[in-house]
Amino acid sequence: MGYDTKFLLSLYRKMLLIRQFEERVKYLFLEGVMPGTIHQYQGQEAIAVGVCSALNSDDVITSTHRPHGHALAKGLTVESLMHELFGKTTGCCRGKGGSMHVGDLEKGMVPAIAIVAGGVPIATGIALAFRYRKEPRVAVSFMGDGAVNEGAFHEAVNMGAIWSLPVVYVVENNLYSASTPIFEMVRLKRLSDRAAGYGIPSVTVDGNDVLEVFETARKAIERARGGEGPTLVECMTYRITGHSRRDPCNYQPKEERKEALKKEPLRRFTEYLLMGGFIDEAGLEGIRAEVDAEIERAVESAMAAPDPKPEAALEDVFI
Amino acid sequence: MTIAEALRQALREEMVRDERVFCIGEDIGVRGGWGGAFTVTLGLEKDFRERIIDTPISEGGFFGLALGAAIMGLRPVADVQYGDFLFYAMDQVVNQIAKMHYMSGGKVRVPLVMRAPVGATGRGAQHGQNLEAIFFSVPGIKIACPATAYDAKGLLKAAIRDDNPVLLFEHKLLYGAKGARAESGAVDASSDIPNEDYVVPLGKGIVRREGNDVTIIATLLMMHRALQAAERLAQEGISAEVIDPRSLVPFDWDLANASVMKTTRAIIVEEGPRQGGWGAEIAATLSDTMSDYLTAPVKRVASPNTPVPFSPAMENFYRPDAERIVSAVRGLIGSA
Repeated sequence: MGYDTKFLLSLYRKMLLIRQFEERVKYLFLEGVMPGTIHQYQGQEAIAVGVCSALNSDDVITSTHRPHGHALAKGLTVESLMHELFGKTTGCCRGKGGSMHVGDLEKGMVPAIAIVAGGVPIATGIALAFRYRKEPRVAVSFMGDGAVNEGAFHEAVNMGAIWSLPVVYVVENNLYSASTPIFEMVRLKRLSDRAAGYGIPSVTVDGNDVLEVFETARKAIERARGGEGPTLVECMTYRITGHSRRDPCNYQPKEERKEALKKEPLRRFTEYLLMGGFIDEAGLEGIRAEVDAEIERAVESAMAAPDPKPEAALEDVFI
Repeated sequence: MTIAEALRQALREEMVRDERVFCIGEDIGVRGGWGGAFTVTLGLEKDFRERIIDTPISEGGFFGLALGAAIMGLRPVADVQYGDFLFYAMDQVVNQIAKMHYMSGGKVRVPLVMRAPVGATGRGAQHGQNLEAIFFSVPGIKIACPATAYDAKGLLKAAIRDDNPVLLFEHKLLYGAKGARAESGAVDASSDIPNEDYVVPLGKGIVRREGNDVTIIATLLMMHRALQAAERLAQEGISAEVIDPRSLVPFDWDLANASVMKTTRAIIVEEGPRQGGWGAEIAATLSDTMSDYLTAPVKRVASPNTPVPFSPAMENFYRPDAERIVSAVRGLIGSA
């Protein structure tokens, strides 16, 4: 395939960073140290990393209630994210957003939209702004499978289509909308078939294969940048963690879960790298130690950072 | 100049002044169309073809698009044909537009104007609501309510130049739309418009008529009804002061308080259901903060807690008029 080792290892590092970040956050949460609620990304890392690696730094994404992976993939620092999860002023949203609204427009990520499909019109409007100013930039809207049943999805994708806007719609199909199996809620075999209703191209890919996601995203993004309009990309994946805090996933059949764990993206990509001789066990261990140390530093600094003044709640309603 | 013409002039001038300004909505720039439901954008597409964007019938969608464009630094003016259709856009307006700046910790700016016609005008329950109260209770949105053409132009310009989301409520009976789009029962709200550029600052009210015995606070069509009422009251020897706050958010408390200090009595007139109305909030706050000055309870005149009825006989009963304001004032003066 002709990828250079440095690029492949950068993908690996980002996927591992997301996985380790989420695992650390999960324990901080279970230990009762971290406030709020969390929706985690374990098992879907290849999608955020594959897509964002095909974007330029000034391209812009919208995210969902499950945004940590997108944030790290788009270049927010572990520190700014961890501080936000702890509700500190030093977080990316100064403690006003929390887990479900992490983002930083300067890094090309709109504060995450935690209403299902709410970010789809916004990404489309961002693309409208790029078109309006004749800037060669692209917007990507990440959404879960459940989003395709929202009216906002329909309205926004249609407008992206009729105006050929530079936007890519990425559906992360992890088979469950919260606990409800998505294929009980649509009559389609592929969610990407929805695209036909808007007259735009679509594709369903293995969302656990970071290189397949990257290649697919690259084509869709270039197409959008070239003025040819949106593509709907469905990435098949599996959420190997709960929908939200303390969800034991009893609705996921044991066999299905077992199979999914075999196909989870980080493990697959690790095997690919080892088999291809791009890195050895010691090399992987080195990256892992770096990643874990980065996360640990962020946890320590976040826990040490002072809480916001309570009255800061009154600021930022208006400019 | 009518309100429709004044709004059109404001849009034209702001689009000339700032290339980031554009309009997005339904039927706003269709050749051979109407320039929106009430002619406000009529003809603008001839000079600003790329900047008068006609959308599909997708209110939830295009309000979201407007937000996306706004956070990227453009200054969209999004409008609905009837305010009632804002409910389709409610997630975008309330969850996204109103909260984006706050959720981002004050980093993301949302310079977005939303225009919405309101008022009971012979169209029944789904094309005649007054929605001010609903958005009045949503932190993060400024609300303006022009009663005259001068204010319509000045408030729209101020809204376009503001870095916050602003919702401009326009009354269907005040537009002064002409020809096929003329309204029966329309009220003349036209003004002389100065040649030079001006804005009416958001949050700055105005005394429409000075008086000493009672303060009447009213916006939009009700402001005109309040002036009629004040005229009749004057014939009875009652001197009413009419305050037009012009914006509900921010609210000009200084103006209202100063007037109440002078008159010691207040009535709020609101077209829209009484229950949970914005008038209730104003009344409660005045009662609380001005208790040292008030010599009578703060009263409200509003529509009943029903949907807007169609039949003119019922609609006229529903919507407050000068007579109801006059009798409320009489009751208040009598109680003192």
